[in-house]
Amino acid sequence: MIAGAVRQILVILVRVLVGARGEWVGSAPEPRTRIYFANHTSHFDTLAVLSALPRGLRRRTRPVAARDYWGGSALKRFVAEDALRAVLIDRDGSGGGDPLEPVEAALARGDSVLIFPEGTRGAGETVAPFRSGLHRLAERFPDAELIPVHLENLARVMPKGSFLIVPVTCTARFGAPLRQTPGETRAEFLERARSAVAELDPRREGTAT
Amino acid sequence: MSAFGWVIAGALAILTVATIVGAELERRAKTPEGRATIANLNARTRSWWVMALIFGGALALGPTTTILLFAGLSFMALREFWTLAPSRPGDHRALFLSFFVALPIHYGLLLDGWYGLFAVFIPVYAFLILPAISTLAGDVKDFLSRTARVQWGLMLTVYMLSHAPALLMLDTGSDTAMLVLYLVVVAQISDVAQYVFGKLFGRTRFSPNVSPSKTVEGLVGGWAFAVLVGVALAPLTPFSLLQAAGMSLAIVVAGFFGGFVLSAVKRDLGAKDWGYVIQGHGGVLDRVDSIIFAAPIFFHLTRYWFTP
Repeated sequence: MIAGAVRQILVILVRVLVGARGEWVGSAPEPRTRIYFANHTSHFDTLAVLSALPRGLRRRTRPVAARDYWGGSALKRFVAEDALRAVLIDRDGSGGGDPLEPVEAALARGDSVLIFPEGTRGAGETVAPFRSGLHRLAERFPDAELIPVHLENLARVMPKGSFLIVPVTCTARFGAPLRQTPGETRAEFLERARSAVAELDPRREGTAT
Repeated sequence: MSAFGWVIAGALAILTVATIVGAELERRAKTPEGRATIANLNARTRSWWVMALIFGGALALGPTTTILLFAGLSFMALREFWTLAPSRPGDHRALFLSFFVALPIHYGLLLDGWYGLFAVFIPVYAFLILPAISTLAGDVKDFLSRTARVQWGLMLTVYMLSHAPALLMLDTGSDTAMLVLYLVVVAQISDVAQYVFGKLFGRTRFSPNVSPSKTVEGLVGGWAFAVLVGVALAPLTPFSLLQAAGMSLAIVVAGFFGGFVLSAVKRDLGAKDWGYVIQGHGGVLDRVDSIIFAAPIFFHLTRYWFTP
């Protein structure tokens, strides 16, 4: 219950601070198992996507986060694991096991997951090449919908290397589910997924909405 | 009943009529296009209820709440400005200082009633300090236009807008809260009347490039109606009827150019609305654009002619 309250407070804080509005352009908020994948530009990304989701979906959508950062202290672990129901993974495989195993367990239970396949935070200008984890999850869970998410303006809230917050309004834009294409190589799939996120950036078409 | 009471009663009456007429129009609308227009009209009316209650409540509670309300509006307007206007990482510190230092100090000076520093703090000190700090980031790309954006953003959304509550500082010998009410009511009535006259009689577009919905018929009708309201509200103010006509004409003409200029900025940035927080209207900046231009002009006209 405390964890739920903390989650709600965090969501309200993020809403007040950066707006975090959800815009569904190619899909609708539906309670089905989904793999949301987004560009990664700031510390607020996870909270921004969760805040943009309707409340019912938020409870069943589990962000994937790095254990080396979020497992660092008891408080961080409480926020990540209890309040945000994050799935913590070992980015470098230091735990010895398979880093994606807990993510697959969450999907197998019917939860949705949110991942940032760039692996690290970018400058917000372009979307970096994706790591291969998304491909493996897509292959093992063909029934889970792959929803590209583009986070706009978050890099401007708190750019890498700064701790000052500029409260511009951020938008999480949810695109159309990625279709399965038989016979596609891993590299082709990852590039298609990457451009699905990049194409949701309104600046690419030269017109902001 | 006091003049303030009459204005509040009048506003409630207008909103009640608008709500009833809107419900009736919704029942009659047949075409999808007509339904969309009516749905937007009714969303606007609902938002007007909320805005009227917040503004009237803040004004009734006193100068401090009024100033704090405008500080909040400035914050939201500045946020909407920077959500659409581009910036580079080198502007980050200047933006942070705009939101969390310049804006609070400027409104703090207003709370304190220190007019001298209030008048120069942003146009002199903030305008010198912010670019100085930006240079420390070492990024010279587009430096002139980036600095211009930082400064004009602050000027429009904070400095100009704050001249509405700054009316509270003036010693006109009358209740200055009524001057704030006068300014806001005349400017907003003008916007609404331009919209209504435009929808009813609009034929000739005023400037399709900048603001496609504005028509010459809407402008003339809206201005005339708002000036009439301004004359009728003269008892709120220290103005005679003729002076009230002049003052409200200044408010509606300045207010019109406020909407017009901010519309040009918005279109330059590739957007239709500044934001989404006010249902049917868009953002805060879409609603206060006329006040941004009208407030400082009304403030200075009043300060020059009606204070000792």
